[in-house]
Amino acid sequence: MRMYKIIRKEKLNDVVELMEIHAPFVARKCEPGQFIILRVNEDGERIPLTIADFDREKETITIIYQIVGYSTQELSNLNEGDELTDFVGPLGEPTQLHQSKHVVGVAGGVGSAPLYPQLRALAQMGVDVDVIIGGREAQYVLWADEFKKFCKNVYITTDDGSLGRKGFVTQVLSDMIDKGEVIDEVIAIGPVPMMKAVVGVTKPHNIKTSVSLNPIMIDGTGMCGCCRVSVDGKIKFACVDGPDFDGLQVDFDELMTRQRMFKEEEHEVVEKNANRMCNLMGGVK
Amino acid sequence: MPNMSLEKVKMPEQEPNVRNKNFEEVSLGYTRDQAMEEATRCLNCKHQPCKQGCPVGVPIPEFIAEVAKGNFEEAYEIITKENALPAICGRVCPQENQCEGKCVRGIKGESVGIGRLERFVADYHREHGTKKPLDIQKNGKKVAVVGSGPAGITCAGELAKKGYDVTVFEALHKTGGVLSYGIPEFRLPKALVQSEVDGVAELGVDFETNVVVGRSITIDELQEQGYEAIFVGSGAGLPRFQNIPGENLNGVYAANEFLTRVNLMKGYQFPEHPTPVKISDTVCVIGAGNVAMDAARTAKRLGAKDVYIVYRRGAEEVPARAEEVHHAKEEGIIFKLLTNPVKIEGEDGWVKSMECVEMELGEPDESGRRRPVVKEGSNFTIETGTVIVSIGQSPNPLIRQTTPGLETQKWGGIIVDEDSMKTSKDGVYAGGDVVTGAATVILAMGAGKKAAQAIDKALKNK
Repeated sequence: MRMYKIIRKEKLNDVVELMEIHAPFVARKCEPGQFIILRVNEDGERIPLTIADFDREKETITIIYQIVGYSTQELSNLNEGDELTDFVGPLGEPTQLHQSKHVVGVAGGVGSAPLYPQLRALAQMGVDVDVIIGGREAQYVLWADEFKKFCKNVYITTDDGSLGRKGFVTQVLSDMIDKGEVIDEVIAIGPVPMMKAVVGVTKPHNIKTSVSLNPIMIDGTGMCGCCRVSVDGKIKFACVDGPDFDGLQVDFDELMTRQRMFKEEEHEVVEKNANRMCNLMGGVK
Repeated sequence: MPNMSLEKVKMPEQEPNVRNKNFEEVSLGYTRDQAMEEATRCLNCKHQPCKQGCPVGVPIPEFIAEVAKGNFEEAYEIITKENALPAICGRVCPQENQCEGKCVRGIKGESVGIGRLERFVADYHREHGTKKPLDIQKNGKKVAVVGSGPAGITCAGELAKKGYDVTVFEALHKTGGVLSYGIPEFRLPKALVQSEVDGVAELGVDFETNVVVGRSITIDELQEQGYEAIFVGSGAGLPRFQNIPGENLNGVYAANEFLTRVNLMKGYQFPEHPTPVKISDTVCVIGAGNVAMDAARTAKRLGAKDVYIVYRRGAEEVPARAEEVHHAKEEGIIFKLLTNPVKIEGEDGWVKSMECVEMELGEPDESGRRRPVVKEGSNFTIETGTVIVSIGQSPNPLIRQTTPGLETQKWGGIIVDEDSMKTSKDGVYAGGDVVTGAATVILAMGAGKKAAQAIDKALKNK
């Protein structure tokens, strides 16, 4: 049986890690905006993660994940040289990259990862690209240096002011608009409340805004219907119709509610497996 | 002298009130003696109507004659000449509309229990049979099969026996398609599905899981890689919704999601298996097909107190297998027939109740069934926290969207020539639910088999 080897693992901050995985079928064909689904072991959940980077020659995919619960902790327990049981993709529609003059990317937390290949591709097309990266504190601001390689301006905000401007990404975006900067498109990727807030800023000015949605998902091929979202009042499946959607049309409140569907069960699985997790983590709790 | 009993020999089953709390198989299968006794009910009539009722043409009277003599391995040989997956068909075929529906014993009394006998023979072979050494002459020609459900594995098995190098591409992490993610453990044990797939692998078929054809690789790329024929059996995986208000509330599942969580991801063993599934005390299942019965009986087993099947037509129109309806009723599932949901109401984002209207049957519609008509002013409300939508599936769109030159119906089904299962694209064949829309396991197998014969005919002399 085919297994998927972890070539590289890096810790990016307290809760966010990067892995580079050998996955020829995915690496050969993936494009910015697409995602993968992985399973850590035979009993594991199917975890969807956006593709952060890929290397067609090495046949590898880079993923970035935040440790938020049982299954991402299980993933984090693996190290370089270990293998994942399943790794499928690329899934979803590639991002539609439009030739334009000026695009502003907005990333919150791990949202930097999926945003990175999209902005890089736009820069390669000759588009002027700026990025606004937000995080709770300095360590959660991801990939500022990488973005600097091709972005005209890299703006940083933190909730506590430990890096860049104190405040939220939306304040920077509002200022840009107020100053009269012409923005052809905003691409916002991050926590749903952030994407909702970004749309709150862009919608009054009717600025085209693309968002990448991450609802709960199982198969990722359109089969189960779990990932449905309302876009312009119609049911869309994020796994096959997305994950990118026109942010001005997305029902973010419904999405936030749907993401809470299994909150209690997520706690339960962490608690019930606490002893096992503790052992896996070498006694660190 | 044939056994003239008007009834089938009863098949042992778990007690309804025991089994509706566990996921073990409901029916326990015949013993040797029971099978031999049932087999003697076959009159071995000359015109063999049962055979015409079988979509894959199993020589039914011939295998039953061997069962009657206690020659179970011989019976197995006869069945598997035409049907590669008898343990599955014996359990999930709608026999009452097929072989058993045509059996002359059914004119007065019950038909011969053909499905039960098929199941017995397959199970006997799995436990006692010996493997015959295979003598397959490889012909060096490569064929790709998309999807490892009933259509795909049948097509792959048939071609492998003829010497082709067959690779099956499966999108999920597990093989079996709907047999794995859709049909529950208590109706079709997953170990049995695995053993049938293993049997196909032993014929030399390669299975590549985690490959989504249309995304990981396209049909055109498969052709470039030297696959001389491609069979598409990707199923009808796209769930339909009713488009009534409230379908996106928390607590509303498509049946596919609910069953996938429980079957494929083993949600019934949560939290040992970490994929959760959550239901309320009252569960409403919309629809009355086999999938709806599976969802309702699964909900009961997960601990729901009141489980309703809500269906807009009447008892005669219920499309599920007779045995499933019978089992569901025994297990305490409540049937609300001639009832149609109009609205799902919520509170704080969660389902609170479902508003329905009563229906009555009018003139026949284009399907030949009497059209259900709303009784004005009959609106009523069911308090419920979980709604499972089970009103059918459409073919998955991935392949049609990524394969230029592949013609499809307006509703998404791939168009094929019915004799050869050939599509509009050269070298590409299709069959099963992706062609017909959601149908049965046996029809998908029949299509897979037909396509295998057509592929062999086309490639043999190439």
